[in-house]
Formats: sequence, structure tokens, C-alpha cells
Amino acid sequence: MAQRSMKATRDSYGEALAALGAENSRVVVLDADLSGPTKTALFAQRFPDRFVDCGIAEADLMGCAAGMASCGLIPFASTFAMFAAGRAYEQVRNSIGYPHLNVKIGATHGGLAVGEDGATHQCIEDFALMRAIPGMTVVCPADDAEAQAAVRAAAALDGPVYLRFGRDPVPVLHDVLPHFELGRALLLRPGRDVTIAATGPLVAIALDAAALLEGRGISARVLDFHTIKPIDEEMLALAAAETGAIVTAEDHNIVGGLGSAVCEALAQRLPVPVLRVGVEDKFGMSGHGPELYEAYGLTAEHIAAACADAIALKRRG
Amino acid sequence: MELTEKRALQRFARRLRIDALNEVHDARSGHIGGSLSICDTLAYLYQKVLRVDPARPRDPGRDRLVLSKGHASPALYAVLAEMGFFPREELKNFRRIGCMLQGHPDMKKVPGVDMTSGSLGQGVSAAVGMAVAGKITATDYRVFAILGDGELQEGQVWEAAMLAAHRGLDNLTVIVDNNGLQIDGPVDKVNSPYPITDKFAAFGWDVTTADAHDFDSLEAAFRHAAAVKGKPCVIVQKSVKGKGVSFMEDQASWHGTPPSDEQYAAALAELTAGAEKEEM
Repeated sequence: MAQRSMKATRDSYGEALAALGAENSRVVVLDADLSGPTKTALFAQRFPDRFVDCGIAEADLMGCAAGMASCGLIPFASTFAMFAAGRAYEQVRNSIGYPHLNVKIGATHGGLAVGEDGATHQCIEDFALMRAIPGMTVVCPADDAEAQAAVRAAAALDGPVYLRFGRDPVPVLHDVLPHFELGRALLLRPGRDVTIAATGPLVAIALDAAALLEGRGISARVLDFHTIKPIDEEMLALAAAETGAIVTAEDHNIVGGLGSAVCEALAQRLPVPVLRVGVEDKFGMSGHGPELYEAYGLTAEHIAAACADAIALKRRG
Repeated sequence: MELTEKRALQRFARRLRIDALNEVHDARSGHIGGSLSICDTLAYLYQKVLRVDPARPRDPGRDRLVLSKGHASPALYAVLAEMGFFPREELKNFRRIGCMLQGHPDMKKVPGVDMTSGSLGQGVSAAVGMAVAGKITATDYRVFAILGDGELQEGQVWEAAMLAAHRGLDNLTVIVDNNGLQIDGPVDKVNSPYPITDKFAAFGWDVTTADAHDFDSLEAAFRHAAAVKGKPCVIVQKSVKGKGVSFMEDQASWHGTPPSDEQYAAALAELTAGAEKEEM
């Protein structure tokens, strides 16, 4: 496979916000003292009158965004995933989710890939938390093009959206952006024997796993779930019918995230074996992102092994 | 304030108290004590201060009111109904299944409710966001938020207070309803928020005080707030929980307990007698 160029989705987020700000004066951005790392500083520099730094006060960040949305603005409220989904959970739930206000939560530094900062800053529960809020759309783009498209799609949607972006550079998967629609998974690689349903930084790794499997005579389909909620049930049901086994892959606890969403959907539509690759219900630790992915089993080899196990389960069934 | 005007405000506030009492009695549920403590303030706000039009509850240029102490919804619903935002008959359905008037205010269901509230501490942040939005869009509406004194124990209030002063939000007025009681007892016995005025002053706010049951005092406070430039203003109003019903006054136990039929009859008789006395 040709060497892919690399870019962190938080950079894509910052660029997309700045571009959107030039087109739409209703777009405003709030941050909580992390405008450098979240990349909202780019917007702040260009549109200082539409930028609010709430300081290290995430509860107020979410409430303030809710109030601004109630007045017709389109606020993007940014901080690390840990503080957006974790610390400010009840503010997101009651001030944004329940009144279904038009707030976009731009959460960066999601998952183990945060790396050296360690477990306190590695949010592996945000999909679960946000998914449980009625009416919340939950998005985790896999690369630059998806991240930029997700920002635009979120701004165009009337309602709350949680967007998770990553700290570390990830491979650029799309030279030309395919049709991007919230709630519609992307078919990145056809396959017959098993389907890998991945999200965020695990999508590139899933593609590597499919290449590994091809060398072992296994045809693996790869689906890119940039939207975790609403989950694309049609694409899942088709994959279940045509490949008969699913492996999910995510930088998130295997409890409550994409793996759970896939199981919930397929249990009702077309039950097939589903194996979940992700953080196996434990906290993270300090280390380089790639080292952590190795230590926690978020690698192409782990996904490939899970695919072989899923195919064995399918045959036994 | 002229006597005729004061009498009219007192009559209006009595109606709000009777409405709130009826709501809580009909529902057999709801928060009467903290509703009765803000009826005079709501009467003054809706009659004298807020630029709102019941026919256009979503007018982008309207003044906003956030009832951050959302449990006092019976009083808010009463004033919105009396102002004509929705039919008074709706008050009978308070807290019933399928009704518009939820236990705590829901902006998506009730015309005139500007922010969903009830989880304490959150309304003040929303009010700050509204005030920031007013500055960004150069719209000259004003934003008001009513907080409980117990609510000041929520850290989010102070996050919001810091930001409001930092951004010089002179289009924001916060009213702290200092009735001195919360569910577990007197606020200064549970976890004292005092001194309230000094705290807000230290956070960079303009601070004024009022007697929540004296319309001259309320008028002075709201006039003062309107004139403040360059910083947000807080009105710390001394109020009486359960005001207007003698056996409910200053009793923490009347925070969230509905009256029995006998208590309801006694309370209604007292409020009605008060109204008749004012008429004389």
C-alpha cells in the first residue's frame, strides 16, 4: 500500500471552523482554555468577536453555548473529550440535549491516542455517554476530509451534535471525499467473508487488517462508521446478510461505544457473531499512542485475529 | 411609586400566588414555598420591566428571563398565563402526563419560557450565553435570571459569574432570591452562601439589594440595574419562602410539599382575604 500522508483530525476541525466562520456569521466558537490544542485558535484569530474563551470552566462552557444557541447562533463548544463528555455531562444532557439546542460539541483528544497525558485525559467513554442522550448525533471522523465534511454537516443539521477529533496525526484516507452524509456509513473496501466496522483512527487500521487478511485468503469488507449515532442499520444489515460476521474496532471502551451500537442494531435486525475490538473495560495509561494501541490490542493484527475468530463462530453457528 | 400602581401590582402578585397554589394543589405535587417568594418579583418584571409580547414569544429582539431556580415553575407558569402567553386553563394540567407545563420549565413546550431549567446552576450559564449573543449580534435585549440562594452552592454559578463580569455583560441582571431556606434547612446551616453581596462584588459585579415584597424597593433595584454600564448587575432580594400564606412562611418543609385539601382551603382563604383587604 502506498504511504499515506498524515494529519490530525483536530487540525482539520480548526481549519473547517475557520472556513465556516467566513461563510456563516451565525457560527460562533467557545473554548475552555484549550484553543491551542483544540485548534479553535485559528477561528479566534480570524473572528475574535465571535470567539468566547470561558476559561477552565466546562460546565459554564456548555451552558453558555446553550444560551447562545437559543438566540439563533450556531455555537461550536470545544474542549478535550474527557471534559466535554465527562465533566460537563449533565450540562450537555440538560441544557443542550433535553431542549435539543443547536450546539455542536467539538471534542478533541478522544481515546487512548491522547498518549502521554495518561488515563485522566484519555476519554474512552464519550461515545457511550453521548449516545445515551436522546436526540444527540455522535460523530467520529476517520481522516481529514471526513472531519472537514463532518463539521459542515453538523453546522447544517438543526440539533445537538457531538464530534470527536483526535490529537495524533492519522492517515489521509480520501484523496477525493466520497459522498458524506451523517448517519450513512462509508464502504471503503468490499469483502465477502467478514465485515470490519470501524470508527475514527481505527478505520485506517481496519484497512491494514483487511490487507493482512487478504494475504491469508480472507476477504474482509471495511465499513467506516463516521457516525455512531444514528447508526447506519441498513449498511449493517447488508453486511450481516452478505458476510455473516462482524468485527467492530474503536478507540473506546468496548462497553457502550460503536461495538455496542452495532450489537444493538444487529440483535434486532439480523443477529450474526459480532466481536468487539476496543479498550477492554479498563483505564488507559501513559505512553506513545502507537505503543498504547499495541498494548491495548488496537492493531491490524488484533483486528485480523478477531476476524478469523468471528468467521469461526459463524461456521460453528 | 404611586399608590394606584402599587395596588395594581399587589393585586397581580396575589393572582400569581393563588394560581401557583392552585397548580400545586391540583397536581398534588410541586414547589410552593420558593414559588411564593418570587411572585412579587415576577409581577414587577412582567408588568414593568420585560419587553416581551405574548403574541410573539420567539421574537429575536425580546428580553429574556431564565428561571434558573426552575422548581419555582408554578409561579412562572402563573405569570405567563396571566400575561396571555397561553390559556389559563393549562394551569390545571401542571405536572400531568402529556401536559405542556412540565414539573420544571421546558422552553420547547411552553410559549414564553426562554430556557429549559431546573437542574440548579445551569440557568445562569444559559443567561450569560444569551447576553453574550446579544453583544455579538448587537441586539439590545436584556437578559434576566432568577437564582435561588441555595443554588449559589453550585460551582457553575461562579463559573458563569466570573465570565459575565470578565466580558462586561451589562445586558445581564441576576436576581438572587434570598429566602434563606433550602430542602435540608436554613442555607447558612446547610452550607452558607453568605456573604452573597460581597461574593458577587468580589467577582466584579455591580451589586444591589431589595426587599422582594416591597414594590418601591423592587423598582429602585431594577432601575438601578438598568443604568449599570460595563458590568453585570445582581439584585440580592431578601424574600420570605411561602410569602402570603402565614403557615407556609419561612418553613423549609414547604419547599416541595403540596398542601392537603384543608391546608389548601386555609391558604386560599388567606390569599383571598388579603386580596379583598387590598381592594378596600
